[in-house]
Amino acid sequence: MSTPPVSTSPSTPLGTPKIRIRGLHKAFGSKIVLDGVDLDVEAGTSMVIIGGSGSGKSVLLRCILGLIEPDAGSIEIDGENLLTASRSRQDALRRQIGMLFQNAALFDSMSVGENVAFGIRAKHSDRNGATPSRAQALQMAGDLLKQVGLDPSVGDLSPSELSGGMQKRVGLARAIAGNPNIMFFDEPTTGLDPIMGAVIDGLIVDCVQKLGSTAIAITHDMASAQRIGNRAAMLYRGQLIWQGEASELMNSGNAMVDQFTHGRREGPISMELRK
Amino acid sequence: MNAVLDPIAALGRAALGLIKQAGALALFALEALSHLVRPPFYWRIFFSSLIETGFFSLPVVALTALFSGAVIALQSYVGFGQYHVQSAIAGIVVLAVTRELGPVLAGLMVAGRVGAAMSAQIGTMRVTDQIDALTTLSTDPMKYLVTPRLLAGTIALPCLVLVADILGVMGGFTVSVAKLGFSPSTYITATLDSLKTMDVVVGLVKAAVFGFLIALLGCYNGYNSRGGAEGVGSATTAAVVGASILLLLFDYLLTDLFFSQ
Repeated sequence: MSTPPVSTSPSTPLGTPKIRIRGLHKAFGSKIVLDGVDLDVEAGTSMVIIGGSGSGKSVLLRCILGLIEPDAGSIEIDGENLLTASRSRQDALRRQIGMLFQNAALFDSMSVGENVAFGIRAKHSDRNGATPSRAQALQMAGDLLKQVGLDPSVGDLSPSELSGGMQKRVGLARAIAGNPNIMFFDEPTTGLDPIMGAVIDGLIVDCVQKLGSTAIAITHDMASAQRIGNRAAMLYRGQLIWQGEASELMNSGNAMVDQFTHGRREGPISMELRK
Repeated sequence: MNAVLDPIAALGRAALGLIKQAGALALFALEALSHLVRPPFYWRIFFSSLIETGFFSLPVVALTALFSGAVIALQSYVGFGQYHVQSAIAGIVVLAVTRELGPVLAGLMVAGRVGAAMSAQIGTMRVTDQIDALTTLSTDPMKYLVTPRLLAGTIALPCLVLVADILGVMGGFTVSVAKLGFSPSTYITATLDSLKTMDVVVGLVKAAVFGFLIALLGCYNGYNSRGGAEGVGSATTAAVVGASILLLLFDYLLTDLFFSQ
């Protein structure tokens, strides 16, 4: 298993985690989804968050991305609180994040190449540098497609013509287009066969390693969690109940984590049927 | 249970819901419009929406206008015959088409065709995380998806209505000359005598407002759709029904504003 190197981003003050979350709360109506989450992710770490459906994993990522506004708590990137920063500063902090969505979320009105080129142009124009022309961006998109193991000719196809695994690769190419120093992966292997899942995990590890990024991945897939992560945490009912090394996942000593990772029906986690 | 108060409470809740919805729609429109003066502006999306709304709606709007003008001429001929004022048909056709039928029928056709498509497209993007993906790619979804479509709708519908006005009058002319025995030169002269610039201009102003409302309802419902295919379907229905009702409401308000004594 290859793991990303632990390196410290030059922009991060010494001893400050790349991402620090404190007391994060989010409720939808009467349903509490995040209930005081505290989490530190050191620079260069690949953190895997596991947990059952509805445990708040996706909501946690969406709060960091600004797609959902939390009710309380703080989210710091490089020591700067996202939730109290000005709008332009929030945008600047979030620009360093690349995201691979569960279903890849490719724009179906564009070709595959245009999807990746969109990521290239969007991220370049952020940085007040010269935005590449459409032709240049498409050329660069071909290189990125090669980087994720796809032939550049795939760029002419529509996203609906691709298999799930190929869509994930394209989503990854688009996510890394802006050389992000933080990367989020939302259930990257869901819906893929085990071999393709392993291929995608390998690509994720390679990309994170090459970019020297800090990564957070959420997954149900224990094999994937151990391939991608060097740190792991488990969310249960909106609270982080365990954190440790990813290599300890299958033998954590925590009854809830062990029940979840081994897929046992019996244990402290009760499976409540939704009414 | 209170037989008297419960219906009043239900009415109150419905009214509050309607006000809340109207407020949310107004805020949505203001936010989208604010992006008109804040760069960047997505010209490619604007031009593609303009072509989709304007050019590709041309056949359906043209046919609707042509037949509407023809039907008014026929109906007027039968009705006016009782009072021996068939000569007023040309004036009635041009007045009805430029003031009312052109903008309203074109608006309803575009609401069904383009409003539904906008809602379905943006709604699908919402439920498949494509809108969230735009945000993560440092692209404001309102600026990228909504603002260009609102502007395109506002510009495209007056152009369509101008075509509808011409074809509506042509429909009336064709039936009057070919079927009802009018002299072409007499009909044209009567049409030109009855044609007022104000009628055409007000029709185009109405069309601009209708175009804005159709795009607004399409984008708003799509943008706020939830719950997969069913949610997108509901959003599309709400977009078409809402736009049609608002269109008729604003038709009354604008008519009252411009033509009431």
